[in-house]
Amino acid sequence: MAEGETESPGPKKCGPYISSVTSQSVNLVIRGVVLFFIGVFLALVLNLLQIQRNVTLFPPDVIASIFSSAWWVPPCCGTASAVIGLLYPCIDRHLGEPHKFKREWSSVMRCVAVFVGINHASAKVDFDNNIQLSLTLAALSIGLWWTFDRSRSGFGLGVGIAFLATVVTQLLVYNGVYQYTSPDFLYVRSWLPCIFFAGGITMGNIGRQLAMYECKVIAEKSHQE
Amino acid sequence: MTLTERLREKISQAFYSHGLLCASYPVPIVLFTGLCILACCYPLLKLPLPGTGPVEFATPVKDYTPPPADPEPWPGEPSERPDWYVGTPVAYIQQIFVKTSVSPWHKNLLAVDVFRSPLSRAFQLVEEIRNHVLRDSSGTRSLEDVCLQVTDLLPGLRKLRNLLPEHGCLLLSPGNFWQNDRERFHADRDIIGTIHQHEPKTLQTSATLKDLLFGVPGKYSGVSLYKKRRMVSYTITLVFQHYHAKFLGSLRARLMLLYPSPNCSLRAESLVHVHFKEEIGIAELIPLVTTYIILFAYIYFSTRKIDMVKSKWGLALAAVVTVLSSLLMSVGLCTLFGLTPTLNGGEIFPYLVVVIGFENVLVLTKSVVSTPVDLEVKLRIAQGLSGESWSIMKNMATELGIILIGYFTLVPAIQEFCLFAVVGLVSDFFLQMLFFTTVLSIDIRRMELADLNKRLPAEACLPPAKPVGRPARYERQLAARPSTPHTITLQPSSFRNLRLPKRLRVVYFLARTRLAQRLIMAGTVVWIGILVYTDPAGLRTYLAAQVTEQSPLGEGSLASMPVPSGVLPASRVDPAFAIFPPDAPRLPENQTLPGEQPEQAGPAESAQDGPVPEVTWGPEDEERWRELSFRHWPTLFSYYNITLAKRYISLLPVIPVTLRLNPREALEGRHPQDGHSAWASRGPAPPGVWEAAGPAGLGSAQAPRDVTLYKVALLGLAAGVALVLLLLCLYRVLCPRDYGQPGGGGRRRRGELPCDDYGYAPPETEIVPLVLRGHLMDIECLASDGMLLVSSCLAGHVRVWDAQTGDCLTRIPRPGQRRDSGSPEAREHWARLPEDGPKAGAQEPRDSPPRRRRPRGPPPTLFGDQPDLSCLIDTDFAGAQSKPSQPEPRHRAGCGRVCDTPGYDFNRLVQRACRSEGPARHPPSPTPPSEDPTQDKDGPPPAWTPSAEGSIWSLELQGGLFVVGRSSGRLEVWDAIEGELRCSSEVSSSGITALVFLDARVVAARLNGSLDFFSLETHAVLSPLQFRGTSGRGSSLSALQSGSDVVACRLTHTVPCAHQKPITALRAAAGRLVTGSQDHTLRVFRLEDSCCLFTLQGHSGAITSVYVDQTMVLASGGQDGAICLWDMLTGSRVSHMFAHRGDVTSLTCTASCIISSGLDDLISIWDRSTGIKLYSIQQDLGCGASLGVISDNLLVTGGQGCVSFWDLNYGDLLQTVYLGKNSEAQPARQILVLDNAAIVCNFGSELSLVYVPSVLEKLD
Repeated sequence: MAEGETESPGPKKCGPYISSVTSQSVNLVIRGVVLFFIGVFLALVLNLLQIQRNVTLFPPDVIASIFSSAWWVPPCCGTASAVIGLLYPCIDRHLGEPHKFKREWSSVMRCVAVFVGINHASAKVDFDNNIQLSLTLAALSIGLWWTFDRSRSGFGLGVGIAFLATVVTQLLVYNGVYQYTSPDFLYVRSWLPCIFFAGGITMGNIGRQLAMYECKVIAEKSHQE
Repeated sequence: MTLTERLREKISQAFYSHGLLCASYPVPIVLFTGLCILACCYPLLKLPLPGTGPVEFATPVKDYTPPPADPEPWPGEPSERPDWYVGTPVAYIQQIFVKTSVSPWHKNLLAVDVFRSPLSRAFQLVEEIRNHVLRDSSGTRSLEDVCLQVTDLLPGLRKLRNLLPEHGCLLLSPGNFWQNDRERFHADRDIIGTIHQHEPKTLQTSATLKDLLFGVPGKYSGVSLYKKRRMVSYTITLVFQHYHAKFLGSLRARLMLLYPSPNCSLRAESLVHVHFKEEIGIAELIPLVTTYIILFAYIYFSTRKIDMVKSKWGLALAAVVTVLSSLLMSVGLCTLFGLTPTLNGGEIFPYLVVVIGFENVLVLTKSVVSTPVDLEVKLRIAQGLSGESWSIMKNMATELGIILIGYFTLVPAIQEFCLFAVVGLVSDFFLQMLFFTTVLSIDIRRMELADLNKRLPAEACLPPAKPVGRPARYERQLAARPSTPHTITLQPSSFRNLRLPKRLRVVYFLARTRLAQRLIMAGTVVWIGILVYTDPAGLRTYLAAQVTEQSPLGEGSLASMPVPSGVLPASRVDPAFAIFPPDAPRLPENQTLPGEQPEQAGPAESAQDGPVPEVTWGPEDEERWRELSFRHWPTLFSYYNITLAKRYISLLPVIPVTLRLNPREALEGRHPQDGHSAWASRGPAPPGVWEAAGPAGLGSAQAPRDVTLYKVALLGLAAGVALVLLLLCLYRVLCPRDYGQPGGGGRRRRGELPCDDYGYAPPETEIVPLVLRGHLMDIECLASDGMLLVSSCLAGHVRVWDAQTGDCLTRIPRPGQRRDSGSPEAREHWARLPEDGPKAGAQEPRDSPPRRRRPRGPPPTLFGDQPDLSCLIDTDFAGAQSKPSQPEPRHRAGCGRVCDTPGYDFNRLVQRACRSEGPARHPPSPTPPSEDPTQDKDGPPPAWTPSAEGSIWSLELQGGLFVVGRSSGRLEVWDAIEGELRCSSEVSSSGITALVFLDARVVAARLNGSLDFFSLETHAVLSPLQFRGTSGRGSSLSALQSGSDVVACRLTHTVPCAHQKPITALRAAAGRLVTGSQDHTLRVFRLEDSCCLFTLQGHSGAITSVYVDQTMVLASGGQDGAICLWDMLTGSRVSHMFAHRGDVTSLTCTASCIISSGLDDLISIWDRSTGIKLYSIQQDLGCGASLGVISDNLLVTGGQGCVSFWDLNYGDLLQTVYLGKNSEAQPARQILVLDNAAIVCNFGSELSLVYVPSVLEKLD
């Protein structure tokens, strides 16, 4: 499209819509908000998966159980996902190696589905012991990265996020903000880093896909000038 | 060659041959694959259907022992026993079914008496049961020992605290409504109110409190004021924890003894075990729904990428079918080999789909469609397959490897998942290779067929040689420009949001998505589903009641007869069960109930009385609990926080209890206020017959019950009327457009600002158009091929413009100027040298290009235009006098192709130009050089009579050549860039009214109704001196030399009398030529051999405009104001509509609509398929015919000094562009849409080149 348009002569003015999108900061805010809401949504759903086992079949008030965790968990997850989702394309740009591998929405959807599946498995499948569970989830997470990302920066960032998030969780639990039912890795569950890693990869994938739009618009604009 | 490469080669070859196979035998392969799928899915039939409905299993009561917890050592045949039937049940449920009736019915009894005293007996029964003690050798055993002890209600059920037992035995009876307190019951004035106070107001599928306590479905309880059947039934539900056969036996025996049921046929020999599946709560549902949403998003984004195929939807469906059936096949195969799925299918399904994925399918499609189009379908498929074979195999191997790793995690759930995934992957590969590939080949073949249909006729007309020779420079210029037509799509969101009012956007959204209809439909389906689901028996009994009602002389008519007081009315009720044959209750009462009513046994009375409600027990009573909601028991137990999920309960056979009360007892139980309470007043007091309260005028005792039915019907009717009124109002408010009224309600008043129907005037934009000035008189003929633009004016000037930049490339003045100016050198300015022509055209300022002169020429005439004026005036006067009778003067302005200025000596000018140039460039030409000055001085030679030199009547341009048809009947082919006459032909002296220039064919329609088919042939000339143009006057073949090649115009066919009257419209497309004439007919010719295919008759006036396109759709408009649509393949008329008051002046079509304009200055837009008028646009005076279609949804119309853009789909005015300030008085008489979306408007002597406003042009 962009090529076709630049050829056509005549006056060309950017409409208000395009100019608003191209303005860098607005675009950044839009992406951040979108990522934030995706994060909040995923946090709610996955939290539900985690607490599902303790939910009786006929809970007196089902709706309340969706929000049964503390109020600050979804916003935290949302903020974290917004940060991660903005960080990935930013780092890509700084490293100068734009991510080209499977850049399309169907792949992103697949990635999200696998991520939910990993959570599902961690919550629902009965494992013999925690080590087995953790190893399986770690393998799954690495598989996720290999299937949908395959970039070194993505891997590094994912590991960093997983480490940081685990430390934060440890601190939170240590200070008694909340706790896990059966901690096996200091104060938390040992599969937590894997989940964080997979989550980081997933959010980064979404963030990169969203950033594609910005790139397109900018490219178009530069063509026009 | 390494091993990998060899492998790759082999795989590629195998795929290639496989692709050939698939494309060669598509149908057998698809059938075979379908059979395979069915065969593999066959084992699925054995699997239980998923669902949460309870499952039943019956065992005989005799020798019943609870099944052992360990299922293994179970004796007997294991096949009959379901696998859930292990361990003790959660509870044993004993229902004591009580049926009571007051008999005989006394006329003094009130309606409330039907159930007041029967209900009061429940207290007595409950006491009886509670106090029952079994004494035998092992000691005493009371109810407390064996029953299920409940502790506490769930904290959320405070309002039920008084109604359900909170401690002790779980024993439910209607008495619980009154806390099992008889005094409370007697003090209660409003029994029905008490019972119904906890009924939910809304529709609910789970059990209500009334159902729980009564233990029978609501309609059987009989606690109602309007029940004709005066029998009350309820159950007392006992829940046991342990099965104690002796205790149960003794309880049953005692109750049967106390309350005998004389005609009870219940066998009571089987125990029914009901197993409940796990219910899915909202908490589990949300993640599940989320995964499914993600799955659908994945499918959507995947299939959206399928492109370049005939049917996107078909292929997307095929892809989804491939994946789904591969999953089904995988489950079926696993079941076949003895693996029973234990995982929750619904949960893992999305993950399986995601793992298997659509990638291969997409890759295949992409690879196949990117193969060369001109190959055979077979080869394309084979090539596409083999191209992607390696990556497909590699991907599959990788996925299998990953899954195999998962298999070795040794976690049972993951292993099972992996097994399914492996089998699914393999079967998916199988289906991709056989099913999807074949479907793809079918699709590609269809696409090629469709393409072929579209292309063949046009190709058939193409000559083998390149049609037109043109300078290499111009070719380059062409190549640099995008050759694809410029498509314009409206910015969907932002732009529309900017200007459409909000409510309209909402309405448009609703209309586009048909949201309302779909919601209503879905709602109806869900509602009906709920109704049927919750109340399956209701429908049946209702139907049965209808049947009994229709029995002649229903007993109701007897009952409603006024009976003298003193005689017992004994109005009868329905039979106890409506499914009984209607004559069953007519049995004499003493036969069924001997000795029960001794006081009215008189035969005289029995004739009027009819039988008393008869308490019968049928086999269906044993099954009565089945008609309860399937959530009945889970709900009951959930109140005590006991889940029945994946567990079962055992239902003991019911104990029937029949209570017969006589009227005296009923009267005793009456509440003191019953007599004048609300419900009693409904029965007229003096006769005391409560049935008389029913509308006796209806003559049916069914009436009281029907009242509710009527009420509901009335309510429904009222709601329907209200809905219709509402919709009508909405329609009036939101849709004021006058559909179907021709010409009614003009869209805009003249002189006002153009605005919407809704008063919305879009922003005017002052776009400065490129004004092409140069013509001195009004421009009559316009033609364009996207790159170039040719115009001719009344003065006979022809100008060639660059349609992109607006530069004037060539000017060909009318011959008179040349003659008058008399200077041979002056002619050099228009006939440019081929070397510098285009370049000069591109460089010159567009308004007045300086004349190029040859070095040998005299000093330039600075104002070359000046002599024109005088001669123009002369010519005009001459034209006014010598103007022949016009074929149809009214259409002239509209037609645009037909010019009516007579009397120019264009031909001579051309000839002279050629001659003068010929000697200059080619000295050895045979033409004597002396001829040139002679002609100059002597004026027109006798052969060029004024009638023979015609004015330009029609003009067509294609690919650098333009064809001019003159009133003298002369056809000339000019090179547009160089301004040279290439050839000319004069076969007839009849004026050329219309021209078609398509590919290398020129068809000229003449005033006398004949058609001439010419073909242009290009000969490459070996030497420029070898051939020179001859004047060719009067001959059918003439050629002129230019540059390196020669264009010859050869007359191939002539249809001497195509029409009886002048041909007024001529169009060609898809290898067909359509002519419209004043003789009211249209004719369709084949373009290549001028064979007349059809003569279309249907108009009652002269044909004024014809539209035909590649899809063989032909539309014609006539002087009768009608538009006809024809099928050009069969020659039949598809539709006929009366469009305008007056002539149809122009006609064009888009993919979905027809746009017509008429002499009434209306532009009407019609739906192409239905022929229904969508809307009309009022045009300015004199601008009626100026319209153009830019894209499928953008229409441009001309007005007084402006052009307006309309959205075709909605009829909205998008934008108005004013073209300068001084052109107010000039109406835009013609609009020509160029390929690059510039619009050429004809404003008198000026042309305006308008680019579509950028805001419209913006693409996504």
